[in-house]
Amino acid sequence: MSGGEYLAAAYAVVFAVVLGYVAIIAAKLQRLQRETRKLLELARAQPGEERRSAVYAGGVSEATASEEPPSA
Amino acid sequence: MTASLRSLPGLALLAAVGMGAALVLALLVAPEDADQGVSQRIFYIHVPVALTAYLCFGLGAWKALRLLWTGEQRYDLESYVAIHQGTIFGLLTLVTGSIWAKASWGVWWTWSSNQLVLFLVLVLFYCAYFMLRFSLEEGPRRARSSAVYALFGVVLIPVSFLAIRLAEDFIHPTVFTREGPQMTGTMFAAFCAAWAAVTLLAYVLYRVELAGKRLDADLRELREALQ
Repeated sequence: MSGGEYLAAAYAVVFAVVLGYVAIIAAKLQRLQRETRKLLELARAQPGEERRSAVYAGGVSEATASEEPPSA
Repeated sequence: MTASLRSLPGLALLAAVGMGAALVLALLVAPEDADQGVSQRIFYIHVPVALTAYLCFGLGAWKALRLLWTGEQRYDLESYVAIHQGTIFGLLTLVTGSIWAKASWGVWWTWSSNQLVLFLVLVLFYCAYFMLRFSLEEGPRRARSSAVYALFGVVLIPVSFLAIRLAEDFIHPTVFTREGPQMTGTMFAAFCAAWAAVTLLAYVLYRVELAGKRLDADLRELREALQ
């Protein structure tokens, strides 16, 4: 292998690892999105008072709480 | 969306632009080394990645200290994510260093260089952190044990960093001496740009992973409350 090929290999390794890491994070976000959707369905199926107390008991963050659907 | 999350897309864009600029500086602008030729340009990715690994391990230890000091459980996750990042960057340092070693010395690895061996020990030490963490049940005990282990590991950082200066062998090059960096101004500028870009990239990845893990924990708690 020449010096240039070693150079390309070193930079490619870093690029591939960062890309792989981002792909793993993206896959995890998709899983969290699915989970959020399921929880939304679960919350919609529950009566209003019960749902409110569950959300407070869960102590959800601002980001998660904002996903709550408007009451029908 | 919280205020801290709102800044993430901007930071990610800045990191991407910074990495692009650093690549241009390192591969096209910086002059070629008279001794090693083109393979010396591995320096612009290998050293910033190594320094970022040290920073991440240091951050992990700092968060661990905060956990032990204040008892606030949020520092446990922050320490864990920083050490996770540090391990990834540490492994990258070993791989890029190995490629550079093959190009310059003709071998992938040499046990005679204290710097290399100590860095390997440091990375293996932090790999064992995950074994410890996942062998314990989630809770304050696991958080405290992980924090104490992370603090022990930070002792290895100055040892690893100074090993090159204390060692008798002269295989691994010493670029930063008491007289300053042993390189031209353009080379040093390219190095600084690469280090800033890699550090920013690591910071963005740290924040993204931390946000994901916090969201995961929130959702788990919400699921338990709803069921």
